Amino acid sequence: MGAEARSDRVDPRDPYDAIVIGAGVVGCAVARRFTLEGASVCLVERAPDLLCSSASKGNSAILHTGFDAPEGSLELACVRDGYREYLDVGDKLNLPVLETGAVVVAWRDEDLERLPAIVQRARANGIDDVRSLDPNELAEREPHLASGALGALLVPGEHVIDPWSAPYAYLLQAVSTGADVRFGETVVAASASEDGWCLTTTRGSIEGRVVLNCAGLFGDRVDRLAEIDTFEIRPRKGQFVVLDKSAAPLLRTIVLPVPTERTKGALLAPTVFGNLLVGPTAEDVDEREAPTVDERALRDLLAQARARLPALADHDVTAVFAGLRPATDQRDYRIDVHADRRWITVGGIRSTGLTGSLGIAAYVWRRFTDELAPAFDHPFTAVPNPPWPAVANLAEYRERDHQQPGSGPIVCHCEFVTRREIEAALTGPLPVRSLEALRRRTRAMLGRCQGFYCTGAVAAIAGDRILPVFDVGRERPA
Amino acid sequence: MEHHDVVIVGAGPAGVAAARTLRDAGIDRVVVLEREAEAGGVPRHCGHPSFGWSEFHRLLRGPAYAARLRQLVRDVEVRTDTTVTALHPDGRLSIRDPSGSASLQAGRVLLALGARETPRSARLVSGTRPSGAYTTGQLQQLVELDGLRPMRRAVVVGSEIVSLSAVMTLRQAGIEVAALVDEHPRPATWRSTAAYPWLLRIPTLFAVTDLAIEGGERVAAVTLRHRGLPRRIACDGVVFTGRFVPESAIVRSSHLEVAAGLHAPLVDAGFRASDPTFRVAGNALGRAETAGWAFREGAAAARAIAEELLAGRDPGPPPRGRVSWNGEIRLVVPQLLRDDEPTDAAPAAYVRRPVAGRLRVLADGEPLHERWVRAIPGRRIALPRSVLAPREVGDVRVELLPDPSPDRAHRPALS
Repeated sequence: MGAEARSDRVDPRDPYDAIVIGAGVVGCAVARRFTLEGASVCLVERAPDLLCSSASKGNSAILHTGFDAPEGSLELACVRDGYREYLDVGDKLNLPVLETGAVVVAWRDEDLERLPAIVQRARANGIDDVRSLDPNELAEREPHLASGALGALLVPGEHVIDPWSAPYAYLLQAVSTGADVRFGETVVAASASEDGWCLTTTRGSIEGRVVLNCAGLFGDRVDRLAEIDTFEIRPRKGQFVVLDKSAAPLLRTIVLPVPTERTKGALLAPTVFGNLLVGPTAEDVDEREAPTVDERALRDLLAQARARLPALADHDVTAVFAGLRPATDQRDYRIDVHADRRWITVGGIRSTGLTGSLGIAAYVWRRFTDELAPAFDHPFTAVPNPPWPAVANLAEYRERDHQQPGSGPIVCHCEFVTRREIEAALTGPLPVRSLEALRRRTRAMLGRCQGFYCTGAVAAIAGDRILPVFDVGRERPA
Repeated sequence: MEHHDVVIVGAGPAGVAAARTLRDAGIDRVVVLEREAEAGGVPRHCGHPSFGWSEFHRLLRGPAYAARLRQLVRDVEVRTDTTVTALHPDGRLSIRDPSGSASLQAGRVLLALGARETPRSARLVSGTRPSGAYTTGQLQQLVELDGLRPMRRAVVVGSEIVSLSAVMTLRQAGIEVAALVDEHPRPATWRSTAAYPWLLRIPTLFAVTDLAIEGGERVAAVTLRHRGLPRRIACDGVVFTGRFVPESAIVRSSHLEVAAGLHAPLVDAGFRASDPTFRVAGNALGRAETAGWAFREGAAAARAIAEELLAGRDPGPPPRGRVSWNGEIRLVVPQLLRDDEPTDAAPAAYVRRPVAGRLRVLADGEPLHERWVRAIPGRRIALPRSVLAPREVGDVRVELLPDPSPDRAHRPALS
């Protein structure tokens, strides 16, 4: 069933001020911003839960400074605003920040030659603390890095965050402040109504005055429901390898290659969960969901990682995954306000969406107030004293539930997830509705054994919503 | 801080056997720490009646065997939901249980940590990542502990003994086995047991390459190449079996030495680790044997501890030498050589893949033993006991040099 939280609309039959399509990190941030500013919001998502399908579930989890964003771009503005707002609200929502910094390492002469331009761009973008490191300084900072680096840049402000807690926290605050959310509902048609829009979904219909299309990988198709046809999504797949926690002592800084036009390149970074991550690849694909991993590409990523960090050769792979980026034919974000249609498209948020999301949300709100709000019959006033629900900590560098005395038995032994953490994820205003979501909300089954030890226990706790994934139906005879 | 004569980590067959043996030998302050909610180990969820013959003179299903194990140590302190979080020199352990964290001091520690299967992700299997791909352990938990039917039609990957266990579990649960596939050219386990799927008319494909998974939310098929031809096998579940690795993370992050790659704790012929206060027994040593074998090994390690404690002996000297091996060999046990170790232990080597060739054992570079072997991953290759004899010799090397042609005639051993 789609979840419906309480709403502050005077009459539940009134149209929403805004319908947000897509509960990726951008949709969640937009829903949050509009709700906090006093709008009534309904967020509709085709997948059964958060983080089931979207770029938001599989990315490198970096909080970007924007040092290498194109000058004067919308992306740069949103990333910088998003970065600041994340650090500000993240504290109140209990979102983690692992302050790793990043080094851009030149391994070849042509990379070394590009470094000064990167510094220049960083300064132009307002990132003033980028500085050069010579090979000795680099080695001192990261003693396990392979020798042979010709030079590097240090970007102290690049950090690592939790990519899954952020959208959840944004949505939780939105829902706690009165937003409605509907999961497992796909928008299939859009027709103009007296007050704005009537969206037909696979479960019914939703009426709203403005539509905010944050549908990511399906953004172009959703636009076409409104007969808007300005861009095409060309999914770009990125595969990743997650290395065992035993490898964590080998690296504490994000290691970036010198970027090219197409992609930021495969990086090596710590994760908030205490692992090391290598990736992404960058491959143009047709599929918009269920991206594939490819053994050859994964082995190649591992080889790249081991070339940079030779000691990695003795550490095991814990997990592999692929994310799909909603790339368009242009690099910059595509945020189009169709004021006359009461439709805002937030598209092509390609690879910095996690950082940019709060900035995108603020930008969309500003454009909305400038260009669409005047047509509304009521002014918007920000909600005074909204709730700030703190989300559970999944980050390894801070205290976790199992470290609290009296936290009860552990169910997932690889990731030290307590029974009560799993139970908490199954309850509350936004309970998990799928096994995938349960894993990402708690870290259960994401460790080196991938559920070898705890699947039975998780299935026993998981309850009716999640159990079907483990049981095709017919009980076997006793 | 609590003091115990012996702390045993893990209450599976090896740990339970050790606890019983120690108490029977008169060692009183023994405590077993088990991180799961219930003792018994992997047999708890293994439904077929292949357990308990040597221990209890019955053929038991896994859960019943696990119950017997618990009964065997009912007079011993077994702490469940207790996780060892760190191992420290001289027998100190950091632990965590539902009430909080603590430290224990032990005279001796026995690590009976067990082993787990390699999951789909670590195998780098291509394709999508739908639900329905499990290791045998997961499959058995869902079927045995939860009474669920996680798939209707399965492809089993692997041909180790545990692979046959997976087939049995599937059939017991009314799940069709569409095929058993393996990358190896020949079965990884004894030919006689490998005949089991054939007897059940389950198609078996060996020398399979490019295995990939298809499916959106659920597995829809497995694709692969067999004899150069692409094949697609429709199914809604895949069981990745075997390729056991020791559950050795706490050993790896401690002062104890582990083997590169496999990360199995290094031990001598008396099960003592690089820090001889610690011993290791059972599947944590890096080879997946039966519950009965782990049980006997746990008992043997416990006898060694008991004898040492009752005689008031020190844990032992530093190793005088080490055993190394070449790439065809996955593991040799033991890897440490000490002057005071027992010489009645049976050193063994294990290969990675089915291979025939010359096995050579060198002591300090000099040939000690050579013979032709035909080896499969599931079979121990015995090594000469002279490898262990106290002597001036420091290091031993074990090599397997594969035959260039697979059907070479048998050659006599040289020794």
